Amino acid sequence: MDFSEFLLSNLQQFWNLTGFHNATWQHFVMLAVGLFFIWLAIKKNFEPMLLVPIGFGMLIGNIPFDTTAGLEVGIYEEGSVLNILYNGVSAGWYPPLIFLGIGAMTDFSALIANPKLMLIGAAAQFGIFGAYMVALLLGFAPDQAGAIAIIGGADGPTAIFLSSKLAPNLMGAIAVSAYSYMALVPVIQPPIMRLFTTKHERLIKMKPARAVSQNEKIIFPIVGLLLTCFVVPSGIPLLGMLFFGNLLRECGVCTRLAKTASNALTDIVTILLGMTVGASTQASEFLTAQTIGIFALGFMAFIIASTSGVLFVKLFNLFLPAAKKINPLIGNAGVSAVPMSARISNNLGLEYDPSNYLLMHAMGPNVAGVIGSAVAAGVLLGFLA
Amino acid sequence: MKQKLIITLLLIAACAGAAGAQSRRNLRINEVMVQNDSNYVDDYGHHKAWIELFNTTHAPLNIASVFITNNPATLNKEMSVNERKSLMYPVPLGDVLTKIPKRQHVVFWADGQPTLGTFHANFTLTPGQDNWVAVFDADGVTLIDSVTVPAALGPNQSYARIVDGIDSENGKKLGAAAWQIRDDSEGMPVTPSSNNKIRERNDKIDMFAEKDANGGAMAIMAMGIVFSALLLLCICFYIISKIGAYVSRRNKAESHGTTAAEMPETHKSHDSGEEIAAIAMALHEHLDTHDRENTILTINKVKRAYSPWSSKIYNLRQTPNK
Repeated sequence: MDFSEFLLSNLQQFWNLTGFHNATWQHFVMLAVGLFFIWLAIKKNFEPMLLVPIGFGMLIGNIPFDTTAGLEVGIYEEGSVLNILYNGVSAGWYPPLIFLGIGAMTDFSALIANPKLMLIGAAAQFGIFGAYMVALLLGFAPDQAGAIAIIGGADGPTAIFLSSKLAPNLMGAIAVSAYSYMALVPVIQPPIMRLFTTKHERLIKMKPARAVSQNEKIIFPIVGLLLTCFVVPSGIPLLGMLFFGNLLRECGVCTRLAKTASNALTDIVTILLGMTVGASTQASEFLTAQTIGIFALGFMAFIIASTSGVLFVKLFNLFLPAAKKINPLIGNAGVSAVPMSARISNNLGLEYDPSNYLLMHAMGPNVAGVIGSAVAAGVLLGFLA
Repeated sequence: MKQKLIITLLLIAACAGAAGAQSRRNLRINEVMVQNDSNYVDDYGHHKAWIELFNTTHAPLNIASVFITNNPATLNKEMSVNERKSLMYPVPLGDVLTKIPKRQHVVFWADGQPTLGTFHANFTLTPGQDNWVAVFDADGVTLIDSVTVPAALGPNQSYARIVDGIDSENGKKLGAAAWQIRDDSEGMPVTPSSNNKIRERNDKIDMFAEKDANGGAMAIMAMGIVFSALLLLCICFYIISKIGAYVSRRNKAESHGTTAAEMPETHKSHDSGEEIAAIAMALHEHLDTHDRENTILTINKVKRAYSPWSSKIYNLRQTPNK
């Protein structure tokens, strides 16, 4: 072999390793989806904290390369750096850390002041089980149907946690679907809220919530953990971390820990979670008919969840005295997209009465939705794992 | 301070010890073969009686220092602990293989030749008679598990749990009903060092797929559980808020030098945060104090310690912020 042949053969080998040589149309589709997510986040300000890492992760995960070359760079190649980072998703330990942060960020006062709002958070979980039924009809196995249906809980970490346990092969599509619809909450929910409420109902003014003592705020995470986890022990990872984070916040003696959990730790895990979830959507795994089914089911689950929350409030109002009626516009907040869906309740309330601030009332079902979706995930895990 | 530290360390040590003991107590005798003529062979190529132990936990379990025995005299409480221990085979310390992975098995050879290795016990089993086999915890007193292998067990037959590690159903002890004699025929495999019940599919999922094809039962059950959990929390906090209100009323009454029952109705009412804020705003307006507030000028010295890490000279530009 002379020098020129040696040079050519090496260049040929190098060419075979490049993305240009290994690219397929599926890669370009996924790269376009990643770019679309980044555009949505930066230009349209749709959940930028999630969509930027996910979108960029999609770019990382869909750069074509020769998977047989043993480069150990792909997210599914054992021992690669991305695979190590992906372990938090596949083994399901990122979501509980996110829940720790959510707990440390969340003020449960609205819920403690008006405990009956918890039931709205429970009612909205019907979206999960409605979608479960439809997923079964479409031919998904019960464990896959459970993993897909959890999108209706509007809770990304919960969806990732459950799908990593029940249907790991569908996790990428489920996570992207859950976060996409969470970003689209301002688009999806208002028409549903308008459709199922009358003008008179939208004008209902709720009594301001009572002040909640610090003792009650401290008791809440402890009692909340014990009660919910005794009922659903399979929810311990999520509920345990959620209530632990909240206790750090409310106890008043762990300010540093609460601050770290709600800021630095959550930010770090969000970056890693978003990026690795995005990178896990490799074209070969992601671009299937099943993914389209998952997106359709996720959309439906979201609609059912929002609708059932609103309708449950209307039903609840039938049993409440006139002075204690609940504005059904806070029913949509039963899904756990915190605080987005509560903000939507508030904005829509202000649209019909500029003096009707529903934010604090909507925060009650909103945080109840976080607890409800974690309980629902625990139930599905208990039944189907 | 020192006392606190000692108490904390003692608590941690006690918890760690209890956790270790607790997990070892999840060890189970899973399958026994008394007369091995042509079945499983040991590392030396010999057919010997064997005892299979199963780690029922979902975590690795180190069984070093537990005791295995076939001598019922070890149950005699009149004997000293050391006497009892001398009748048993102690699983040696320091062998990494004594750590059983989660839900996995380990086989001990009952050949009376402990010098052949960690997994060769110092006793043998006798065909044609009942053989009692037991596992004791490291203290030599706490019985972890025991089984009496029936005399009817023939050559190459094993006495095995029907389901690995399971000795009770719905909280009821199954006793001998949890065991069966296996002769390696179809459906009755002898399974040293592997699962007695081979799971090819997830029974739970199959059951849901068969009995609840449309998902209605799941929806009813799961929504019932979600509602119950949150309803329980709701009731609990309703009661806690009532107690909180009573305590605050009592404290208020005490500060007024009266009792909660004698408090006038106006004092009992809760002032919401918004009402308090409105009153404060009104007072603020009434007292007209805001002008004076605006004249307050605070000058603080800002210390800027130089560091090349914080210097903007070394950055191309600041992080963009929309």
